[in-house]
Amino acid sequence: MKADKEGVLTGNHFLDGDHACCEGAIAAGCRFVAGYPITPSTEVVERIASRFPLVGGIFIQMEDEIASSIAICGGSWAGKKSMTVTSGPGLSLMMEHIGYAAMTETPCVFVDVQRGGPSTGLPTMPAQADIMQARWGSHGDYEIIALAPNSCQEAFDLTVHAFNLSEKYRVPVLFMLDECVGHMTEKVVIPEADEIEIEPRKMTNKKPGEYLLYETDDSMVPEMVHAGEGYNFHITGLTHDERGYPNLTVDTQAKLVRRLCDKINKNADDIIMYEDFHLDDADTVVIAFGITSRIAQHAVNMARDEGKKVGFIRLQVIWPFPEQIIRELAGGNVKKFVVPELNLGQLVLEVERVVAGQAEVVSVPHAGGTVHNPEDIYEKL
Amino acid sequence: MSKKEMKITGFGGQGIILTGLLIGRAATLYEDKHAVLIQSFGPEARGGACGAQVTVSDEPILYPYVKEPEILVTLSQEAYSTYIGQLRPGGTLIYEENLVTPRDLPEGVKSYCVPSTQIAEDLGRKIVQNIVALGFFTAVTKIVDPESMKNAIKTAVPKGTIDLNLKAFDKGYSYFKNGS
Repeated sequence: MKADKEGVLTGNHFLDGDHACCEGAIAAGCRFVAGYPITPSTEVVERIASRFPLVGGIFIQMEDEIASSIAICGGSWAGKKSMTVTSGPGLSLMMEHIGYAAMTETPCVFVDVQRGGPSTGLPTMPAQADIMQARWGSHGDYEIIALAPNSCQEAFDLTVHAFNLSEKYRVPVLFMLDECVGHMTEKVVIPEADEIEIEPRKMTNKKPGEYLLYETDDSMVPEMVHAGEGYNFHITGLTHDERGYPNLTVDTQAKLVRRLCDKINKNADDIIMYEDFHLDDADTVVIAFGITSRIAQHAVNMARDEGKKVGFIRLQVIWPFPEQIIRELAGGNVKKFVVPELNLGQLVLEVERVVAGQAEVVSVPHAGGTVHNPEDIYEKL
Repeated sequence: MSKKEMKITGFGGQGIILTGLLIGRAATLYEDKHAVLIQSFGPEARGGACGAQVTVSDEPILYPYVKEPEILVTLSQEAYSTYIGQLRPGGTLIYEENLVTPRDLPEGVKSYCVPSTQIAEDLGRKIVQNIVALGFFTAVTKIVDPESMKNAIKTAVPKGTIDLNLKAFDKGYSYFKNGS
């Protein structure tokens, strides 16, 4: 289906990444946001608060991030596409409800504009140190989807995509900007509404009495109902059966948790998104995401100008991780992978795991607060 | 035009960020250029040091920050002292004539000054001094066409102040053109 015209600010804009993310959410059909404003993500909810009254959305400034993250789960089951927005310590407080959203298969989007940490860290400065937390932060086995834009245009485009993925797979999607992309301002082209593809929520056609809340077919994604539509249903974070009722048995646990992971992992090819450059002849490949990917591309261009055979993979979706392409490259001609990131070495661990000793893996860490110098990456190529 | 990297600096409340935003809007929305604006400011809403880093280029811009600007605009003495050391050799300095005394100006720097606050006061509203400075900047640097800048101003300032702002822009622009 196509986007609702009412929410789409078609035209050319000069917007910062936070504002572009806000417009992406509204274009995607988001009409409920609960949040506790925190730098450097405040501009997202600030704009939401001023735009929502014009499009029939509800924004609630909550008492904290714990409340915000559970309110969006309620909003989603009440029938609205829902989002919360945070950074740093706020994301840490939301961890329990990321697990709750994964367990209850609640479509929703968590926007994290990454700043330096740990704790309150560097509120106004960039980092990319929440990447592992995004995937592993809540307890138990589950899978999420995480995306990372590297421009203001992508802050719009990929926010729409984040909502689409959350609906298609009924999973919390983490939208991982960094302070640099969030606060920098660039040209953003917002297309016509009928050029924006929207994934409709997977609602059931079954009648009350026939419908089971977590019954699934081969897609592994159950059909949804909303509160107030005549269905009696029960949602719990406890291990539950197809009816949605607690069933604390070994078999039910295995079936449920495996399905929660399989529906993402077995559809990874559909979800994974990356751009690649110069892989054909590459003996060295740089892997980067978010703002660091722009600096890395600069470094790759410098190396290419000197005739070095350097390729580049820029991740747009970080989780699930694009294992296959990296494994193929490692089994082929690539001798070295270089992984710059604004943290002390997180995604590089995933690259090491997948490369499994078949090539050298070089980390280019940075503690955050600014971006790498292109020369620091270039030196490793 | 190759890549132009600049810093617009002053204190919070002078409209520094808006000035940077207008340059970016003019370049990207009214001309076929790329631009990135990075804003930095202290915790104070007013009076603290404040800066806008703007890169304008015909090509997509990868590295977003401006470390060594080719053009530096300083509308306060504190900003001048803080940022003058970053100006590239042979770069261009634009400063507010009555608010900034360019001490220890590095050799080879081309410097231009405008009494933007005075001109704005003569127009009756001191608040438009940044737009006067923007007009002067546009004439000195020729990075974007004055018409593009005026289009950016028209769509960015509050309704009811458009004429005043355009007048302020023209005053600043002609101050340079008429040989300041």
